[in-house]
Amino acid sequence: MTPNIVALLPEYILTIVGVLIMLAEPLLPSGASRKPLGWLAILGTLGAGYASWYQLHLGNITAFSNSIQVDSFSVFFHLLVAAIALVTLLISLDYFEGNASHSGEYFALIAFSAVGMMLMTCATELLVVFVGLEISSISTYIMCGFRKGSAAGSESSIKYFLLGSFATAFFLYGIALAFGATGSTSIAAIAQGLATTTTPRMAFLALAMILIGLGFKVSAAPFHVWTPDVYQGAPSPVVGFMSTAPKAAAFAVLLRITFSAFGPMQHRWAVLLWVLAALSMTVGNLGALLQRDVKRMLAYSSIAHAGYILVAFTALQADGIAAACFYTASYAAMQIGAFAVITQVTGYNEQIRTTDDYTGLGLRRPILAAFLALFLISLIGIPFTGGFFGKFYVFSAAIHANHVWLAVIGLLNSGVACFYYLRLLVALYSRPVTETAQPTEGRSLSVPAGVGLTLAAAATLMLGILPGHFLNLAQRASASTQSVPTPVAAAPVTTSQQ
Amino acid sequence: MNIDHSILTILILVPLAGAILLALLPDKGKLMQWGALAVTLITFLLTLHLPFHYDYGAASGTFQFATDNPWIASPAIRYHLGVDGLSMWLVVLTGLLAPLGVLVSWRAIDTRKKTFYVLFLLQQVAMLGVFVSLDLFLYYGFWELSLIPMTLLIATFGRTENRRRAAIKFFLYAFIPSAILLVGILWLYVRTGTFDLPRLTQLAAAHSISSNSAALWLCSLAFLVAFAVKVPVFPLHGWLSDAVSEAPTAAVMVLAGKLGLYSILRFSFSIFPEQSHCIAPLMLALGAIGIVYGALLALVQKDLKRLAAYATLSAVAFIVLGIFSFTISGLDGGIFHILSESLSGAAFFMLLGILYERYGTYDMREYGGLAGKLPWMVTLFVITTLSLVGLPMLNGFVGEFLILSGSMQAVFAHHMVWTVLATTGVILSASYMLWMIQRVFYGDLGIKSENVKGWDIDAREHLAMWPLVILFLIMGVASPIWLRAIDTAGTRIAATQSSSVSPQAQISTASASTEAK
Repeated sequence: MTPNIVALLPEYILTIVGVLIMLAEPLLPSGASRKPLGWLAILGTLGAGYASWYQLHLGNITAFSNSIQVDSFSVFFHLLVAAIALVTLLISLDYFEGNASHSGEYFALIAFSAVGMMLMTCATELLVVFVGLEISSISTYIMCGFRKGSAAGSESSIKYFLLGSFATAFFLYGIALAFGATGSTSIAAIAQGLATTTTPRMAFLALAMILIGLGFKVSAAPFHVWTPDVYQGAPSPVVGFMSTAPKAAAFAVLLRITFSAFGPMQHRWAVLLWVLAALSMTVGNLGALLQRDVKRMLAYSSIAHAGYILVAFTALQADGIAAACFYTASYAAMQIGAFAVITQVTGYNEQIRTTDDYTGLGLRRPILAAFLALFLISLIGIPFTGGFFGKFYVFSAAIHANHVWLAVIGLLNSGVACFYYLRLLVALYSRPVTETAQPTEGRSLSVPAGVGLTLAAAATLMLGILPGHFLNLAQRASASTQSVPTPVAAAPVTTSQQ
Repeated sequence: MNIDHSILTILILVPLAGAILLALLPDKGKLMQWGALAVTLITFLLTLHLPFHYDYGAASGTFQFATDNPWIASPAIRYHLGVDGLSMWLVVLTGLLAPLGVLVSWRAIDTRKKTFYVLFLLQQVAMLGVFVSLDLFLYYGFWELSLIPMTLLIATFGRTENRRRAAIKFFLYAFIPSAILLVGILWLYVRTGTFDLPRLTQLAAAHSISSNSAALWLCSLAFLVAFAVKVPVFPLHGWLSDAVSEAPTAAVMVLAGKLGLYSILRFSFSIFPEQSHCIAPLMLALGAIGIVYGALLALVQKDLKRLAAYATLSAVAFIVLGIFSFTISGLDGGIFHILSESLSGAAFFMLLGILYERYGTYDMREYGGLAGKLPWMVTLFVITTLSLVGLPMLNGFVGEFLILSGSMQAVFAHHMVWTVLATTGVILSASYMLWMIQRVFYGDLGIKSENVKGWDIDAREHLAMWPLVILFLIMGVASPIWLRAIDTAGTRIAATQSSSVSPQAQISTASASTEAK
């Protein structure tokens, strides 16, 4: 196989599966179960995951005139995205069943969205990153409004679409400025161009624009305002997906751009990211404190978690990248797990919203409550869970780079954070005030959803008890970002002279 | 394989396996009770392996029953367990209190027994883990883990509507300083590249952790504050009375004091000997204030559980006074008093729980004149009270005496003032305890006790109480059994302190003490 095929093997598999689903959807009689399409998508993610794993053993592959690079770093995020997509598909197999007439497209959209994210993480050319970003974003915009007939869902979708478009515009503008300053849009060439550029200010502006664009995608403060509203309105399984996978991809891109492309300017952007990190952690946690709605609370908490990951960016390169990779993975495991439980508890109607509605869940649905408790404990950052090790690596990386105060701010923040997680955790296991006042609940736990939940829980625990293997992968990923190839067919150098 | 190397691992795994097993079994009340009792009894019998195979003649500073395996390569985290004279008896104590806790919960916990016993066993796992971990990271893991079961126990089984608030308060008070503790631990790791306690102790003794004394100070404070909240040292005790008054009896028996005091002795003193030495005058002052403050608050309580909470505050302040005197007798007394206070406190809380089961209130005003109705209960109450107030020949006396004599010998400035103040605590504690006995058991029959038919201590409760009462006596009369191992630890800590204090600090304390004279 030529490198061009091998390099994008996971993306091809998912694209084919997505197209097949779209083609098969109209053939199914209306009202028939769309589950087979879901299973097809699950097979696709498994195939894509396997293909990424296979790539891991081939070493670095470059393709498409060096605009695509498959290395440990991209494989790490490919596997992560595939795993997130898999769990999302498993928990949403029954979610739309009998409620929406066109649920088949939903499975295709998840596949397409995953393609976009995978493309983002292996691209070493900013324009390809942009294409990936658009593919993944458009799919998620649509999925947000997938609870048809729900006003909140439509609002959520439109809000996300409008603000997301602004953000991508900023990102594109950043690429244009980077091209203006360094004469290239390729990551390696930008790094070289920075050494000789005559307009370092424009280069910095370019990075700032890119940071705004990606900051929106990862919902870092102060670009976070869309997050609570969108999360609240979107269907729960979609929120689980969009609060983890696109973030992981955006962080991957951000890591490549900051450390590889703009590496020489680290002393300048590290300050910016310091501020963004401190702000995100604080705004996210304080915001979450005030929330009664569980989805909104988790939305704010995801802002805070983005802040924790940004802390890793202020660290030294090798530590920081590995820590960010590890945190992203453990965050994905616990966050998607939490939303998986919420999906099961609330069902399609999402009647159960506030913390008080969850009171006594431990009595009524002990297994779901136990799962949610585990994910909350991990989100708090209690030892022997992935969340703890994530924080541990991030903050030790920061301390290693002498950012002790950022670590103090971060850990104080996690003290604040435990208050609202704990409110939910304690609610799960306290007695309901009245036994009769229980809202109707979602259906009983189906087998695929159970498998999805178990996968998330197993990952959360594995990352907490035996982080070694995973950290190795993260460190390999970190090492491989330091070797981005110079483009053979370099972008026109002449422009930089003008 | 020699069991000595795996006994500590087994001790952690047995209750953990028990908790998992109980969680998987169907929720039948009897099954849960007997299962939990069996698991805790087995754990207790296993802990007895330690004192019988402990090498009392070994050089101080060595850890016995040690096991040391790599766990995570980067960062270098090791699975390093071991006990010495400081922790061995604490492990046995934790083992002993668990089955007694199960016994007293027999009737008190009438719903959701599965949740209760699983959480209770997890709590035991965390506590045993804290006492035997010699890797800072591993230790931190168990330390944090100990918060969750306790929080859920309070939130789920608390007695009033206030329980959720108390649980969250308890958790926040403990978690936020722990987060700062984590910064301290990470900072140490970045500076030294190790989490291993013996290694860190060596580096500390050689003054080679960091040359940045300001950073070292902040780090030592991060440790000390986290531990002091857990103790709790006055004025960081805000969580105590709510948590104690809400928590079920079995949970409160293991709640206060031990973990924080042990951690100060183990970590603050070994890693930051110089800083601990410098901060000792402040801690002595806080200890003395805590003794009197706790006692005065206990004196005015109407709620028995709150009285017990403030009595605990006063008792742990005594221990703080002892250990921060850095004299051998102060340290020995402090460690001994941790054991003795845990036993007496546990017995006291058990009796309160038993009383509550019969009358459904902790309000002292509703009691009175129970002595005639419940002769056994009164006997046990009085013995426990006398042990708590430190009657000679009972366990409380040994610790108190050693602590006061140790703090009297301390070379710190103003030591006399604090010791004298602390001694008034002895009088105050006798007054509130004996007054409590008088109000609950003597005089006219109270409103509540008139109407309710009390039944005296039953066989199960006898079984739970008598081991403790017998221990009060043995510890009071034959304290050397315990002090033999404790003394090696106390001597070592005192030696670390005097050897590692830099010349400047010695000069300053010397001049301060001459000024005081």
